[in-house]
Amino acid sequence: MEKRVTFSNYWLAGLFIAPQLFLVFTFFYWPTGQALYWSLTLEPPFGGGNQFVGLQNFMAVFGDAHYWDSVIRSLVFALGTTAISVGFATVLALFADRGLFGHSIFKFAYFLPYAVPAAAVGLAFRFTFTPDAGIFGAVNHIIPGLWDPSRNGGQALFMIMLGQAWKMAGYNFVFLLAGLQSVPRSMIEAAAMDGAGVFRRMRDMQMPMITPTFFFLFVINITDSFVDSFGMIDVMTRGGPSRATELMVYKIYLDGFEAKDYSLAAAQSMLLMLLIMVMTIFQFRYVERRVHYN
Amino acid sequence: MKKQLSMALVAATLASAPLSASAAERVKFDFWYGLTGALGEVIANQCKLFNESQDRYEAVCTGQGGYDKAEQNTIAAYRAKQQPALVQLYDAGTVNFMLSGAVYPANKFAKDFNISIDWSDYIPAISNFFGTSKGELWSLPYNNSTALMYYNKDALAKIGKSEPPATLEELTDDLKAMKAAGYDCGFGINFDPWVSLEQFSYIHGVPLATKNNGYDGLDAELVYNKTKLVDFIKLERSWVDNGYAKIMTQQTGKSIVESFADGTCQFIYTSVGDHSTITQTHKDSVHWGDAFLPVFAGTKRLNSAIGGASVWIMAGKSHETYEAVAAFVKYITDSETGVNYIAHNTGYIPVTKSAFKILSDQGFYKDPKYAGREVAFASLTASEVTPLSRGVRLGNYTAIRSAFQSEFQSILNGQKDVQAGLDDAVKAGNEILRRYEQTFKGKELP
Repeated sequence: MEKRVTFSNYWLAGLFIAPQLFLVFTFFYWPTGQALYWSLTLEPPFGGGNQFVGLQNFMAVFGDAHYWDSVIRSLVFALGTTAISVGFATVLALFADRGLFGHSIFKFAYFLPYAVPAAAVGLAFRFTFTPDAGIFGAVNHIIPGLWDPSRNGGQALFMIMLGQAWKMAGYNFVFLLAGLQSVPRSMIEAAAMDGAGVFRRMRDMQMPMITPTFFFLFVINITDSFVDSFGMIDVMTRGGPSRATELMVYKIYLDGFEAKDYSLAAAQSMLLMLLIMVMTIFQFRYVERRVHYN
Repeated sequence: MKKQLSMALVAATLASAPLSASAAERVKFDFWYGLTGALGEVIANQCKLFNESQDRYEAVCTGQGGYDKAEQNTIAAYRAKQQPALVQLYDAGTVNFMLSGAVYPANKFAKDFNISIDWSDYIPAISNFFGTSKGELWSLPYNNSTALMYYNKDALAKIGKSEPPATLEELTDDLKAMKAAGYDCGFGINFDPWVSLEQFSYIHGVPLATKNNGYDGLDAELVYNKTKLVDFIKLERSWVDNGYAKIMTQQTGKSIVESFADGTCQFIYTSVGDHSTITQTHKDSVHWGDAFLPVFAGTKRLNSAIGGASVWIMAGKSHETYEAVAAFVKYITDSETGVNYIAHNTGYIPVTKSAFKILSDQGFYKDPKYAGREVAFASLTASEVTPLSRGVRLGNYTAIRSAFQSEFQSILNGQKDVQAGLDDAVKAGNEILRRYEQTFKGKELP
């Protein structure tokens, strides 16, 4: 017989979890329920007189070629940003972990970007990447017209990806460094004594040892890239040029708040939520199998 | 101890009472506005002047950080029953407010609260733009502008001309000559639909949409992909392709107004509202003027239409609040404290004929600081207002504008054919219109 610690006083137990339940209900279930209702009706901007229209809003979304473009763009954005950001943070963490000269300063400095609000990052990057005057515009002095995110959609998307990756790199860095520091020193030292060089140790020992951290960061980064790109886009490109940076979240904003078509925006929010859920389940079911926690 | 504390509190309250008495008696109401920056300060200052002009009412004026934010926030506030008494709303939001059932129509308000407003004194291009199909004004014209062409006099002189071009053919020739003369940016262009799409259609008398640009019903359909507009967009595209025009936006580093004021670009189309910005920021070496938007040769020019905002009175406030609002409405519709105040402190035009006359008589337009703004008045009154030069009244117009804008970007960047781009923009726009029509099923435009 398994022995369990149970609460015999359900009322007291209920009281303890009530505040949490209240928060979850107020800030998640209630708004989500409201959005679900809107997505099945046509909601006039000032409210009142919703008509039930079934799945019409979803049909409108599915029938819109711009929507599918935004889905693909969001996927590219999420995967690309995650790869750049985690990759970059891994290099930083591996070297910060080696305890080289000044590593404690770097540890602090690398985390700072995460504390900067997205809008501020966007503003800074906008100036950095301006084709005429920005630092990055210097490439145009060598090859004129090469860099112009105001006209070239691919470059604009890349610019946003860099911004988001830069911002998340600090966060990833902290987790990776913590992961690396939990790898037993004795193992690394033993490998060193056996003649494994620095890169060999990083590739074959340290990185495999922190796969759980990588997995965690992939899930967080991908989710974050889907839902948290708004500030950056709004400041840097406003979805342009020619919708090239109109990601799912930004399209929801445009349809909901600029165009005041709340129902269309609600339907897209539902779909975005569904997509993120599916992706997270996928990651836990199929990717996590390859992660060893010990 | 506790008693002493409460005694002290009572004493403190009594001591401060005479000071706050006058403030407490004032009836407060909220006015939300969308203008930002220097223009927003002009509005805030008008509120301050109103509050100082009397001691019974107090306008609490709050900037919302942009026209679209002002509309969004008002809608959100209304849904939470926290709406302001007054809101400054931009042209594109007019339809939403007319159909909302959430407003107190201005003409009715004026009658109920005995405010004498001479409705016929408004410039026809303005009263028609904001008016209902019956010609009633549900909102109060407040800050309005129209589009002009700004030109660099020195650049014109360099190609041997003294007068700005009046036709698009002439403008194209001038741009060609300027390129030959070594100007890198003859014409600064951006993706603003208000100028390239709307004003062009008004002054050429071609429709943007059926049903008289939507004024006659929510079942209107966009048709601008089948009018002379196509030729104009082709022309603008050819300017860019030939190097006569250069795209100037915040993303490329400089807006058209900035690039004109510093002498980079020699021609731009923009609002008369920017007149004051250019006056204040242009380089000393830049000598400039403004003129009508050019038309295609052989076109009978119609009046241009306005852009800008009007003030709406929201429903659901107490009678007492509305009395305070009435005082404010009187203040901002008065020629001196309202209309002229806006015209003096911003680039916007005086919205009434009488205020324009007062300003002209005072020599306002002779003052080098303001000279050139009378062109806007002339442009708005270039003809009788016709059903096609009245303006546009389409549901969800912000979205229709942005559908045009993204296609226009592709066109000017050379990524899409002109006709194909406009067709796609119209198709997307019509879907938006049908959704809007369905959302307001059973309702009619007033």
